[in-house]
Amino acid sequence: MIEQHLAVLPIILPLIAAPIILILGRSLLAWGFATFVSAWACVLSWQLLAAVRADGVVSYAVGGWAPPWGIELRVDAANALVLLVVSALSTLVLLYSKDSIEKEIKPSRHFLYYTAHLLCLAGLSGILLTGDAFNLFVFLEISSLATYTLVSLSSDRRCLTAVFRYLVMGTIGATFILIGVGMLYMKTGTLNMLDLASRIDIYESSRTINTGLAFIMVGVSIKLALFPLHMWLPPAYTHAPSAVTAFLASTATKVAVYVMIRFIFTVFGVAHVFDEMRMGLILLVLAIVAIFKCSYMAAVQSNVKTVLAYSSVAQIGYIVLGLSLVSVTGLKASLIHIFNHALMKGALFMAVGAVFYRVGSVDIKAFRGLGRQMPLTMAAFTIAGLSIIGVPLTVGFVSKWYLVTAALEQNHWVLAALVLAGSLLAVVYIGRILEAAYFQPLHESHDPEKVKDVPWLMLAPMWALVLANIYFGIDTSFPTEAANSAAEWLFQNAEVVVSKPEVSQ
Amino acid sequence: MNLWQGLAPSTLVSLSILVPFVGALLVVAGGKWPNLREAVTLITAAILFSIVLAITSYTFQGVELRLDVVELFPGLGISFDVEPLGVLFALVASFLWMVTSIYAIGYMRGHNERNQTRFYCCFALAISSVMAICFSGNLLTLFIFYEVLTLSTYPLVTHAGNEAAKRGGRIYLGILLSTSIVFLLFAVLGTYSLAGTLDFRAGGIFDSSHSKIALSVLLVLFCYGIGKAAIMPFHRWLPAAMVAPTPVSALLHAVAVVKAGVFSVLKVVIYIFGLDKLKDLATTDIMLYVGTATILLSSCIAMTKDNLKARLAYSTISQLSYIVVGALLASPIASAGAALHIATHAVGKITLFFCAGAIMVASHKKNISDMVGLGRRMPITMVAFAIGAISIIGLPPMAGTWSKWYLTVGALQADKLLIVAALMISSLLNIAYLLPIPIKAFFNASAGESKPWTWADTKEAPLPMLIALSITSVGCLVLFFHPQPLIDLINLIPGVSTSVEISSNLKGES
Repeated sequence: MIEQHLAVLPIILPLIAAPIILILGRSLLAWGFATFVSAWACVLSWQLLAAVRADGVVSYAVGGWAPPWGIELRVDAANALVLLVVSALSTLVLLYSKDSIEKEIKPSRHFLYYTAHLLCLAGLSGILLTGDAFNLFVFLEISSLATYTLVSLSSDRRCLTAVFRYLVMGTIGATFILIGVGMLYMKTGTLNMLDLASRIDIYESSRTINTGLAFIMVGVSIKLALFPLHMWLPPAYTHAPSAVTAFLASTATKVAVYVMIRFIFTVFGVAHVFDEMRMGLILLVLAIVAIFKCSYMAAVQSNVKTVLAYSSVAQIGYIVLGLSLVSVTGLKASLIHIFNHALMKGALFMAVGAVFYRVGSVDIKAFRGLGRQMPLTMAAFTIAGLSIIGVPLTVGFVSKWYLVTAALEQNHWVLAALVLAGSLLAVVYIGRILEAAYFQPLHESHDPEKVKDVPWLMLAPMWALVLANIYFGIDTSFPTEAANSAAEWLFQNAEVVVSKPEVSQ
Repeated sequence: MNLWQGLAPSTLVSLSILVPFVGALLVVAGGKWPNLREAVTLITAAILFSIVLAITSYTFQGVELRLDVVELFPGLGISFDVEPLGVLFALVASFLWMVTSIYAIGYMRGHNERNQTRFYCCFALAISSVMAICFSGNLLTLFIFYEVLTLSTYPLVTHAGNEAAKRGGRIYLGILLSTSIVFLLFAVLGTYSLAGTLDFRAGGIFDSSHSKIALSVLLVLFCYGIGKAAIMPFHRWLPAAMVAPTPVSALLHAVAVVKAGVFSVLKVVIYIFGLDKLKDLATTDIMLYVGTATILLSSCIAMTKDNLKARLAYSTISQLSYIVVGALLASPIASAGAALHIATHAVGKITLFFCAGAIMVASHKKNISDMVGLGRRMPITMVAFAIGAISIIGLPPMAGTWSKWYLTVGALQADKLLIVAALMISSLLNIAYLLPIPIKAFFNASAGESKPWTWADTKEAPLPMLIALSITSVGCLVLFFHPQPLIDLINLIPGVSTSVEISSNLKGES
């Protein structure tokens, strides 16, 4: 019976568990239950991936109502992979957060954290699995509201301004998506994605459809923090609790990238978006500027979380760059980087959270001498940092390789050189932090006895991600095959026309 | 010579990389017991040398040693393939690791250095990656372990942990990582997209269908991307790395890092481009003259340095460009000279650095101007220095004679008289900045010393250091009289040969 409903369980389980946690109230029980649910969702997403590999597409009609009138959940190679990333990261972060939030969130609010986290997980899973455009908006709003709550839980008062800015920009983004979907509905009369695809196909060029496309693209770009719409991200990531940042940095923006991919490939079609509307060039230029400007900004920050936040925007630039190349290799590079970046940034933010746990600050000065005091944490930071730079034998190298190969395939030699040059800035911003940790003595105000490595419950998820960084950097078969089948599937079905329903109403 | 008869030949390749790696782990495990830890290092080095000797004998027998480890990308992965040039480098590296370990024991204890466990561990890791570079079967494997070498030697360069070490480390890592990411990785990916493969093949992997312009650009990218070859203007990391303890400088400047650089250049020239193709490319001559300029400029800079290690660093930059020039001359005999220079320069330069370290530990002197009359107090060291200097200059009866000989003949054969002149001028400059040191040490008395000399006056370096520098200086002599094993090895390299064909030009015929 579970197999029948496999597609909807990753959404429903966290959705039901969230209010139960509100009732459970007490911190330890809330944590245990939340982690259990998240782990279960992770197992289910793994099974979904296996099912997709076997059958190609898994389609599920919610409540038994058949599409296109009912809401359809449609799982294919692309979203199964991203769902696995999201649920695995969620479980690891929940394990990590038991100790981490003790120092960053008031104890009376811990249960709110777990509730909001599960709601966010439910929302993100919903975005990934749904095959209905309006349903996507609904889940987008659920996850966004949950993330605003999560960011605001920090005991640091500065989080409130950050949250407010995030809220305003995020709502504008979501509203734009809604307007875009509304315009599509106005013209085609349907909200199901496949149905939309076949009906949009009928119109050669329509101002309504194109405006809808534009609104959706801008709205999604805000959500995925594409330069120059990224201004909400650095303050939000800096002032949120570390566990929240670790989760969001790995998942929220990647899900938005997935939304963009889904709308481009499945709903509108590659020809429409890239050939007629010239989105490829726009995305390419914005991606390059994002990479360089944000890597530079990362290199001059003094708060390590802000460094990593700007680094995230730069990495999103790499992902969008792969997308803008409009080739199977380019899309494959983007999908691989979605997977790899989650591993890298998750580990980095967890390490920073561990530093905050012991030292109480995440300024670069706070990292001084930690190479000696907190060796395991800094070793994790070093390896994940090397991965961001793109050193061989880590996942970061694999991503860079595919991205540059995709660029060279289309004879974009200058573009390939630019991608590699961007790594140099990563050497600078990671190197500054490592130099502080390994070359400077511990600050006098800190007690060497107290500054030691963090509890194992925080170290274990951190090191699980770090070891995954190295493992998937050497045995690349799993993410590469998954990304390959996803990219090929998306391109093959980019122009799919499902049987045209009667246009009469 | 082969103690490892029972094992399959390919296993020897993986052993050569794993043995130093395991040794590094054991060093960390035995960190609390210094004598045990040092014993681990020495035993590991001896085992590695015997493995390399076994691989050498297999190479002479013509046995193929291939090993595919793991596929990173579709159709492309980490794989190893033993060929004679790699065996030459491996012999040099493994032998000199043994000697350097003996030296390091004397130095680290004589200087009372901290963090000795980290030192020996990173040493072993660096040697492990050098072995992987020696036996790499494709450009991807070479690149991966080239980067691992950079990272594993960084803690060695910044060993002292002070501000100067940090600054030196920053320049070191900055230049090496930047050149390898922006130029070398770009060149590797460009090669892959043009040729469809990254395997090292005799005669090169490009054919006539590939555009000459693209290949010319790739050549420049490779030359500058391999920053460890210290071609100007990307040479600054070498003098910056002088902040490292002297055993590290000996390792960097004779054995591991710099030789990995020029070895990579030779491998790319012989097995990726192919010597014949190289002649057709427009940028070969450009890079040839850049290399020649490096030879001369760095020799001139060396003359201005009073700090001994700095002078030796610039001397190394100059000598490395000998190998690069030899490679780019694109002739069998010039390449033979370049390959032989890997061995002869290694032995000569390591002797000089060993002496510099001995002088520092025994008499605390770093500047050449302070070393006047030092021969009274440190006769063995200064004799060894003289031997090493003569080898670097290229005069008989020291090893450097042969490699300089082949390089000059190669330049003559290619009708590049400018380069012949540069090699000769460079020898004169070498004499000017190297020979005065032992001469002033022996023949000028320092102020206030006029009584006759006795052995009791000496205050030499600790015994392990003396043993090490004696071994290497004797090596310089031995290699002059018995270069044949190395030359036989070099003649096995496809497309490379030490036999001189009389050019019709020289005979006066058309």
